[in-house]
Amino acid sequence: MKVLQFLFTSSIGRKVLMALTGLFLILFLVIHLMGNLQLLKHDEGYAFNKYAWFMTSNPLIKTVSYLLYATILLHAFKGLYLVFANRKARGAKSYGSYNGNANSHWTSRNMGILGTLILAFIIGHMSDFWWEYKFGDIPWTKYETSITDESTMVTDITSENHGVHIRMGVAGDKEVFITKDLYKETVEAFEEGWLVALYLLAMAAIAFHLWHGFSSAFQTLGMNHPRWNPLINGLGKAFSILVPLGFAIIPLYVYLLK
Amino acid sequence: MGSEAMKINLKVWRQPNSKAEGKFETYQLNEVSPDMSFLEMFDVLNEQLITDGGEPVAFDHDCREGICGMCSMFINGRPHGPKQGITTCQLHMRSFKDGDTIVVEPWRAQSFPVIKDLSVDRSAFDRIIASGGFVSVNTGNAVDANSILIPKDTADEAFAAATCIGCGACVAACKNSSAMLFVSAKVSQLSLLPQGKAERENRVIAMVDQMDKEGFGSCTNTGACSAECPKEIDLSNIARMNREYVRAKLVSK
Repeated sequence: MKVLQFLFTSSIGRKVLMALTGLFLILFLVIHLMGNLQLLKHDEGYAFNKYAWFMTSNPLIKTVSYLLYATILLHAFKGLYLVFANRKARGAKSYGSYNGNANSHWTSRNMGILGTLILAFIIGHMSDFWWEYKFGDIPWTKYETSITDESTMVTDITSENHGVHIRMGVAGDKEVFITKDLYKETVEAFEEGWLVALYLLAMAAIAFHLWHGFSSAFQTLGMNHPRWNPLINGLGKAFSILVPLGFAIIPLYVYLLK
Repeated sequence: MGSEAMKINLKVWRQPNSKAEGKFETYQLNEVSPDMSFLEMFDVLNEQLITDGGEPVAFDHDCREGICGMCSMFINGRPHGPKQGITTCQLHMRSFKDGDTIVVEPWRAQSFPVIKDLSVDRSAFDRIIASGGFVSVNTGNAVDANSILIPKDTADEAFAAATCIGCGACVAACKNSSAMLFVSAKVSQLSLLPQGKAERENRVIAMVDQMDKEGFGSCTNTGACSAECPKEIDLSNIARMNREYVRAKLVSK
């Protein structure tokens, strides 16, 4: 591993580590959004719950998810370390007047603050849903899909879920899926106006973080080329608006229309 | 142009030596010509201070034609003041308005300690250059021109990087006090050309190590350095240095 030591010891290495972990998190956002958009379906959570079950039981995905948790921690704490190390580089005295807006975008100068907001959001978000889904006491639902006419019957089985072992199987002419109902948990959570407001704020923080972060990662990795820059910058700006917007639509939709 | 004299208020950082606590002092100049350079305005201030029996403001300056990189002044929150692509000596008082208050500070970086008033010690840059910013071959006699072919656009890029005057505005502007634009300009200038390519791996590692040792911050890609650079050194140089560095770390023997 000595060959990769520079990722932790040199200024450029640390930047490269931030860029690589950042790009991995960007990729994760796409996957996460694609999954979440199933919350908008009018199927009483069948597709979303099936997806949630797959994501938490598939061994390959579980492995990647541990890598993801490690990446989030590495990106967040390495980033915070850099913020303080960089502040120290200014020296004991700072400027009496400093006009940063004249030469740079405010998002680029506040990645640490935006990142801290996002970290706080992730902690709240994980305890809201991830922790609840894994260890919490959340509602159970049984979906019975007829094989012949593909109609689905949905039953709330919260009171009688004890001893449930078979999660998915075929009984007679029906496909039965019994699950913790993360869909219901989510919809109930987003009936709270203050929580929806917090989620929207967090999405704004992510948007601003990405506004600088997306193209910055490419620059750090040495990808600065006159032919590619317009594509990278354009893609970065579009991504930083569209992806957080996609996430924001879900709580808004639930709160306003469900 | 028969422009009228301006009144200028100055808030200048005064610090007797590197160890002393400094503070801002306020001065008023009543007869400032709009055609003066910013440094000439400081000459007038110092004349006035000496006449009044005070201590003149120490500030660095040399060529006064924008090529030496000495005139390090942080003016109204920006290195070399409000204009793009110039040094302080190329800034004229017509860029300000009659009655303006102008704040003038030294470069602020842990690696650039204040010597006195507005004058800072930039020898950290010299040590970075000494660590590898050169080509160590015996040149012998001058060779024939064009005996080594260099594509024009490569030569142009190397030359653009070589226009860096080592003034330190990049460090001063950067919120992280990062010297990456300076170091990357030197790394680029040499690694683009065949004469410098021979030592590219050792050079980039040595120079980045020295940069880190001097206590400069790391890069957040804010772009402030390039925007404030009097020679408008491009950010693509930093990308090139990152590339060179990672390449050297991963593949050099």
